Amino acid sequence: MSATRELLIGIRRAPLLGALSVVTIAFALFAIGLFGLVAVNIQRALGQVEERVEIRAFLLDNASEGDRAAVMTALTGYPEVADVEYVSPDQALAKAREELGEFSDVFESGFLPASFEISLLPGHRDPESVARVVARIRTLPAMEDVRYGRDWLEKFYQLRNVVAAAGLTLGLTFAVVAVIIIGSSIRMTVLARAPEIAIMRLVGATDGYIRRPFLLDGLLKGIAGGLLALLLTWVAHVGISRYVIPTEFFEPRIALAGLAAGALLGLVASALSVGRHLRRV
Amino acid sequence: MIRFTNVTKSFARGGTALHDVSLFVAKGEFVFFTGESGAGKSTLLKHVYMDHRPTSGEVRVGGYKSNEVSQRDVAKLRRKLGIVFQDFRLLEDRTAEANVAFALQVIGAPKAAIRDRVARALHQVGLVTKATSMPSELSGGERQRVAIARAIVNDPFVLVADEPTGNLDDRASRGVFELLTQINARGTAVLMATHDVELMRRADFRTVELAHGRVIHDTGGDVGTLPLVEER
Repeated sequence: MSATRELLIGIRRAPLLGALSVVTIAFALFAIGLFGLVAVNIQRALGQVEERVEIRAFLLDNASEGDRAAVMTALTGYPEVADVEYVSPDQALAKAREELGEFSDVFESGFLPASFEISLLPGHRDPESVARVVARIRTLPAMEDVRYGRDWLEKFYQLRNVVAAAGLTLGLTFAVVAVIIIGSSIRMTVLARAPEIAIMRLVGATDGYIRRPFLLDGLLKGIAGGLLALLLTWVAHVGISRYVIPTEFFEPRIALAGLAAGALLGLVASALSVGRHLRRV
Repeated sequence: MIRFTNVTKSFARGGTALHDVSLFVAKGEFVFFTGESGAGKSTLLKHVYMDHRPTSGEVRVGGYKSNEVSQRDVAKLRRKLGIVFQDFRLLEDRTAEANVAFALQVIGAPKAAIRDRVARALHQVGLVTKATSMPSELSGGERQRVAIARAIVNDPFVLVADEPTGNLDDRASRGVFELLTQINARGTAVLMATHDVELMRRADFRTVELAHGRVIHDTGGDVGTLPLVEER
């Protein structure tokens, strides 16, 4: 295939330029990879905290067995609810004693109320959704009180939103910088071959024919740069995990998506650079 | 075959390079374009291979009309033309034969055909023994011969030569000019821009003289009687 032949000629002629492009792309993507690693780990930590969002519904002391069963049935029927656990006064006491350790003897038996511990499904743990569920629980029979740590939950969600906004802004900035760097690096390749492009045009090559080796070049450089960036990110992850704080690496599908994004960036940067050049000459 | 009808070419910052130029070149004709530097010779030739399009008027080359052609049509037209420049424009990292083959490769010619046609073109320009030489190993005259071989390897119906002898000494110039006349003798029209009065005297070809973008003299007044062949 002639595009492959032209590509090989280009690589052979300027191997250093090619290597420089790959390394530039790799470092641009590495910056995104590092940022992604931080984002993924913060996201995961926040997710773990979010899982602890829980509603506690306390029953009146005089609630009957029938009331208890009715509340249980109602709660398990809520679409937002993931799990409901009934905690009897005795179990509540045991739990409290366990949590207090050496001060456990401060509790006398029988004064803690029975309650339900309700955990919610993902997507229903934000302050508004939790408040809606709580309002419905309050209307159930024999309810004394319903608590869910409102202040804590609201602060947690504020923090989460700030982190998400900062992450999105930083991520977009990194991506734009990467596109510019990759674009300039590919542009150097196009300029290095400008005389050849001029001759191709003179002897009747179509723009499509001229473009093909550059697109292939951009795609391969994107993949090579992406692989190198992935390797660098993995090394950074191992280093950080060993010496700073345990982190988790990307799931394979995210890593693959990153690689595909690198390939796509290379391809698009090439298409733009060579397209711009062809329009000018 | 080539017809300029009231062609004017203006550039946004460079003024007007061609003023109302009308001329006709018949199949197989040899035409010199002459005039001072900046007279419009190169601009005129660029209209032939449609690197420029007229600001007003029309250029027809073969069946292609400047006002209608797409970029793809221009590529197709150039496959039927040969173009040679003063500065040769060879790919310095490829051998002479690879430079000639390049013109066929980019249009997707089959490998076997490329081999045969490249050998024939190099034979025609007298460079069979230099086929595997790199351009840097060749003299100016030889480099221009490689460029000519590349230009004729497609059997063009027109060879456009923009100052092909401008960088050559007298002997090499004569050699290149003789080669162009031989190519013309086989039926290819040759449009040659030149300053070289000596060369023009050597052959009794039509001469079109330009000054300030206008045709001020054309020795081929009777060419309108030659057959008009519209190629496509």
